[in-house]
Amino acid sequence: MTRFLYDDYDLTPLGDVTHRTSQAEKGGIEISFASDLRYLDVIQVVSDSITRMLNFDDDTRYWVGMSVRESVTNAILHGNKMDEEKRVWVRFAIDADRLVIYVRDQGAGFDVSKLPNPLDPKNLLRPSGRGIFYIRTFMDDVRYSQLDEGGMEVRMEKRLNNRVKSDQEGEANAN
Amino acid sequence: MRIDTRTIDGITILDVHGRITIGEGSVEMRNKLRELLQAGKKDILLNLGDVSYVDSSGIGELVSCYTTVTNQGGRLKLLHLTKKVQELLAITKLLTVFESYEDEKKAIASFSE
Repeated sequence: MTRFLYDDYDLTPLGDVTHRTSQAEKGGIEISFASDLRYLDVIQVVSDSITRMLNFDDDTRYWVGMSVRESVTNAILHGNKMDEEKRVWVRFAIDADRLVIYVRDQGAGFDVSKLPNPLDPKNLLRPSGRGIFYIRTFMDDVRYSQLDEGGMEVRMEKRLNNRVKSDQEGEANAN
Repeated sequence: MRIDTRTIDGITILDVHGRITIGEGSVEMRNKLRELLQAGKKDILLNLGDVSYVDSSGIGELVSCYTTVTNQGGRLKLLHLTKKVQELLAITKLLTVFESYEDEKKAIASFSE
């Protein structure tokens, strides 16, 4: 696994942070950037920081990070067609019981229902077409929509029951 | 990404280091395979033990390597899959396509079976 130097950021897990984010999906963190694959690592560090802050277990953090990476790759490559004039937006919203991640591009969009099934024997040896399948496997709910103002948005959620209980929470429960 | 090449008992072992992701490593792997196939080295063991990260493009790249080698009458097998790569291959039913090994000696011996 790629090593991100969390220790350099001093991101102490916050325990149960959900009560501090009553704005739910309206709030959170939004980042936008030009359509350049070099930003994938940046966005993955952000994803890993947030899932660490939320005390997700290691595997969940890894797979959420990969889902974000795959979605951003799709937005840059297939949505914005690598046009650096076009931007990608990623928003992480912490709801009461879930982390919701939105990835939006400025592309023409596509019909998700028409994507070939990568598990179909005739597609098994295709060199591409697995990204969205992985995202759907690793996230709890995934929805694609074409926006009225143009562009495509994927909304991915991961429920917070994938978290490791922090000591703080354990003590709180014991009391 | 870096690829080191070794040969044991006529089998070419490619030790892959680093990431196999979008925009990283695909050219190196393709060039290396082309070079080997042109030289008539068709039994290839891809050691992924030191691969730190693979995304869906990387999985696609492994599939491309597999089809390139088999289409030329060669054999490509995998060695030392990390837990995450194994999971990615399993989810997309590719563990049924690739022959993979945990032990290098057994992997090499399998080419003479």
